[in-house]
Amino acid sequence: MALNTQHEIHSRRLGRNLGLALVLLAFVALVFGLTVVKVTRGDPMQGFDHTVRPEMAPVTQPEAGQ
Amino acid sequence: MSDIHANGDMTREGEAGFGDYVALLKPRVMSLVVFTALVGLLVAPVPVHPFVTFTCVLFIALGGGASGALNMWWDSDIDRIMRRTKGRPIPAGRVQEGEALGLGLALSGISVMMLALAANIAAGLLLAFTIFFYVVIYSIWLKRSTPQNIVIGGAAGAFPPMIGWVCATGSVSIEAVLMFLLIFMWTPPHFWSLALFMNADYEKAGVPMLTVTHGKRATRNHILVYTIALVPFALAAGFTSIGGPAYLAVAGVLNALFLWGAFRLWRRDEAQAEADGYAAEKRFFKFSLLYLFLHFTAFLLEAGLKSYGLGGW
Repeated sequence: MALNTQHEIHSRRLGRNLGLALVLLAFVALVFGLTVVKVTRGDPMQGFDHTVRPEMAPVTQPEAGQ
Repeated sequence: MSDIHANGDMTREGEAGFGDYVALLKPRVMSLVVFTALVGLLVAPVPVHPFVTFTCVLFIALGGGASGALNMWWDSDIDRIMRRTKGRPIPAGRVQEGEALGLGLALSGISVMMLALAANIAAGLLLAFTIFFYVVIYSIWLKRSTPQNIVIGGAAGAFPPMIGWVCATGSVSIEAVLMFLLIFMWTPPHFWSLALFMNADYEKAGVPMLTVTHGKRATRNHILVYTIALVPFALAAGFTSIGGPAYLAVAGVLNALFLWGAFRLWRRDEAQAEADGYAAEKRFFKFSLLYLFLHFTAFLLEAGLKSYGLGGW
């Protein structure tokens, strides 16, 4: 008899491997999506970069009478 | 003959399928974690991007699943004895103990790290503490040493809405604490009512549930006392920023019914319970699930109403 006859355990292993592949793909998609969301929101991610960035300076209220 | 024999010992008869690894994560417990964490996140005053919300809830759930796998690793000896748990993947021989330990540890690390990246470090740390609390404090330490095991261990199940809140706001506030206390105080009557009609299982496994150590009369007393103690916390949440008239109305009805149920259990004795097959105890247990679900649905309802300028105080 042929050595490569399909056994029930092979289909179970295939299911396990496919499941793991799907989980890993989903994880990659999730990290990618999260990156896109975080980057496109942008504003909270600015940091000091050795150049003056006026938009990062704290907002000061003009004093009364000026 | 097939090549299955070529591998000899490498092929176990009861080798695990993908579903067995999913079962290690206790999907039914996970559904409660998902729901309460989602509510904690959605009712918080800081809006969160829907994709970030999805990611946060997913990793909180995965953290819960990881602690489930670690719990099954530690408890595999008593799971073999109890009727309710002997079909689990480890006692059934489909998953090795070491596999459950490895999966639990790996998923704990991934979920904590990803939650810290998706939301904030405080949320990640709180999730790490929750896993530690459930596995080390509850499963390893308290569960087999004191009849108060589920009182203190219940805290682990109470953290998810607080983690959800911290994901959105970055800090803990009175609303998050009250959501925590609602689940924390609800856990003892919920589990003790289960223990009343599943007593034989715990006794066989040597788990010191209150029903085993102090008897069913004491357990009925405890259920009533904890239910009375739960009511103020459930109602107090209605007066905070996550509550409102709609929540208070729902909570009022639910707490009255829950109290009445606890009172009925308290009045019954074993002869009555055995005569009707623990019907009232089973009903109280089922209602306790509905009780918690509807409280969190009411929080969600208030948040929904608020977005239309209604609800809240």
